[in-house]
Amino acid sequence: MDMSKKKIETKNISWEYAAAPESSSHIQLKEKYDHFINGKFEKPSSGKYFDAINPATEKKIASVAEGSKKDIDKAVKAARNAYDSVWSVMPASERAKYLFRIARLIQEKAREFAVIESLDGGKPIRESRDIDIPLAAAHFFYYAGWADKLDYAFPNRKPKSIGVAGQIIPWNFPLLMAAWKIAPALACGNTVVLKPAETTSLTALKLAELIQESGLPEGVVNIVTGDGKVGAEIVGHEGIDKIAFTGSTDVGKLIQKTIAQTEKKVTLELGGKAANIVFEDAPIDQAIEGIVNGIYFNQGHVCCAGSRLFVQESIKDIFIKKLQDRIETLIVGDPMDKNTDVGAINSKNQWETIQGYIELGVKEGLDIFQSSCSLPKSGYFIKPTVFTGVAQSSKLAKEEIFGPVLAVQTFRTVDEVIEKANNTPYGLSAGVWTDKGSKIFNLTSRLRAGVVWANTYNKFDPTSPFGGYKESGFGREGGLHGLSAYLKFD
Amino acid sequence: MSERISVLKTYKIYIGGSFPRTESGRFYTPTNSKGKSLGNICLSSRKDFRNAVVAARKAFGDWSERTAYNRSQILYRMAEVLEGRKEQFIAELILQDSSAKQAEKEVTVAIDRLVYFAGWCDKYQQIFSSVNPVASSHFNFSAIEPSGVVAIVANQTYSLLGLVSYMAPIIAGGNTCVILASENKPLCSISFAEVLNSSDLPGGVVNILTGKRSELLNQMASHMDVNAMCYANHNWEELIQLKEGAVENLKRIKSYNYELLSSEIENPYLINDFQEVKTTWHPIEVIGAAKASY
Repeated sequence: MDMSKKKIETKNISWEYAAAPESSSHIQLKEKYDHFINGKFEKPSSGKYFDAINPATEKKIASVAEGSKKDIDKAVKAARNAYDSVWSVMPASERAKYLFRIARLIQEKAREFAVIESLDGGKPIRESRDIDIPLAAAHFFYYAGWADKLDYAFPNRKPKSIGVAGQIIPWNFPLLMAAWKIAPALACGNTVVLKPAETTSLTALKLAELIQESGLPEGVVNIVTGDGKVGAEIVGHEGIDKIAFTGSTDVGKLIQKTIAQTEKKVTLELGGKAANIVFEDAPIDQAIEGIVNGIYFNQGHVCCAGSRLFVQESIKDIFIKKLQDRIETLIVGDPMDKNTDVGAINSKNQWETIQGYIELGVKEGLDIFQSSCSLPKSGYFIKPTVFTGVAQSSKLAKEEIFGPVLAVQTFRTVDEVIEKANNTPYGLSAGVWTDKGSKIFNLTSRLRAGVVWANTYNKFDPTSPFGGYKESGFGREGGLHGLSAYLKFD
Repeated sequence: MSERISVLKTYKIYIGGSFPRTESGRFYTPTNSKGKSLGNICLSSRKDFRNAVVAARKAFGDWSERTAYNRSQILYRMAEVLEGRKEQFIAELILQDSSAKQAEKEVTVAIDRLVYFAGWCDKYQQIFSSVNPVASSHFNFSAIEPSGVVAIVANQTYSLLGLVSYMAPIIAGGNTCVILASENKPLCSISFAEVLNSSDLPGGVVNILTGKRSELLNQMASHMDVNAMCYANHNWEELIQLKEGAVENLKRIKSYNYELLSSEIENPYLINDFQEVKTTWHPIEVIGAAKASY
């Protein structure tokens, strides 16, 4: 999209934003990426590759190896060997130093990672630069320090590593999710086989290069690329002791079923349909920012996205008006432009899914509001969308859309909104907006969700445990609580 | 003068604080090793289980919101009441094949275990919660909350201790539960319900069913309003059955092989296993921006 045409108009003033594209000249991207197994890049046994597509341009940016059972076999063997001979017997303080080193290397190469993340996944460069990459580095740095202090986290329990962890991650925060998975696993003394999502493999493979550079012993981290079939090979592999999965609830259940007959441990971080609740006594302008950030951050490709807005009836009209005004100012388009607020939808597939929900909402007769922005001619883009008057029974209020689509409902009383907010099989996150402290604590203690943001939203930190209640999965990632996913106890 | 005819007890089930018979009207007659009948025991149906879950769900809000101090006192009260009725439990255990010495030991350990977990009610939160030093201007803390309704398959070997040892940490943590008692040694479970009923424990917090695992395990695992499950036996096939049944609502399943007479089960991690971690964020106004040093 030509950003210079984007006009932000208020009553008397008209501003124009000049394009501010991030350069991609300094990045090193190979034409072809192989699996990373036992410290080396290895050609896929099938000989096949698939395309990594830039969703903002629909152009191919690299070829990525297509994994198969044979590749997984090799990777698991390498991980097992590294676990037995090196990683589990190394002094924990030495493990820590490798992780610190990886954290530092990510910081050194942050700009390259940010650019590739945005090229490959479509997220605004501002987000990959300021959130994804720094948080990934911070995650390694945080868990590095835990490696030789585990006994203090679990008094009287003698924590021990589990073995080989199979880790399957989603496409919405590619490098960050890799960090969330790899850092605690390694700190606790496990080795890993990681599969990035097929539409966003590149930063994981760049991480593989970085790991090589760090001198991490061979086989401690193995990365095999491919689609869900490769993920299924990891889940079913008998050499894997622990599965960590982030993705859809349906796949999470499938994984549970597959491993029910085994002693494999599992943690699942699954879908969500978070309620973001605004009371009449909320700081309205702050709340508007929080609602917008809650649903349009990363194009709404966020498991904890605040996709259900509950606004108290007394302020409904003014709030919706202000929300629409704010949405009109969002800059939608080229992810590489530093002004962009909402980038490209991650893939054609996801674009179709979201479009399907929007059509459904229109068919249901809901009131739709979309930003009047123009969209780039090529690439997968969707205008920030709001449906109002959504019934509790509507699919738009029940199902995870994973896109920039907000479903608005109203409420009168505190009890009513708690009832409505909790009336979902999910329980990952929630948001509350009010200036009254006692009301905040009433809500935050009664909302059945693993993360509750009060007067803020979509904040993340390596020290802060993240994960869901109910069908949003189990286990926590981040903080001291995130360690137990990768340890076993006497 | 003729010898007095003793009054035999009818063993019923315990749902929502009352003692109904099974809605199915069925019974089974377990025997001890000498072939003596233990009584006509309710053969609970899947409908009984559903009713018990409804009662447990209804009780959850109140129980989880009670003060920790109050929960602590109620668990301690159970120990008091059980101590006073020791002889009855010893007699039941002897009828169910324990020696007098074993029976005495099982009952006293059960009492002490209640006291042990009573003491945890207002302490485990501080062990498992944290204030998280996030790198932004937010106050961020993680506290634990009960999972909700927990289905417990009690240990089969110990009629009393196999129930008490798992019930105590689960309700100490603010959960409510439905317990399937030992199939072959069910007597103490229902007598223990009488202890519960006179310990100020609100009805529905603990519900106890007797019956067959083969009939009820699937229902327990697949019920969509049960949040977690505690399996306290060694049977691998049964555990797989539970794990497969639990998939649909991603029920948390925990299984244990503790030696119940030893004190190894006495730890707060058992409470923590039936808790969810909730992390709360709130912005902090940056008062110190002017570098004021108060």
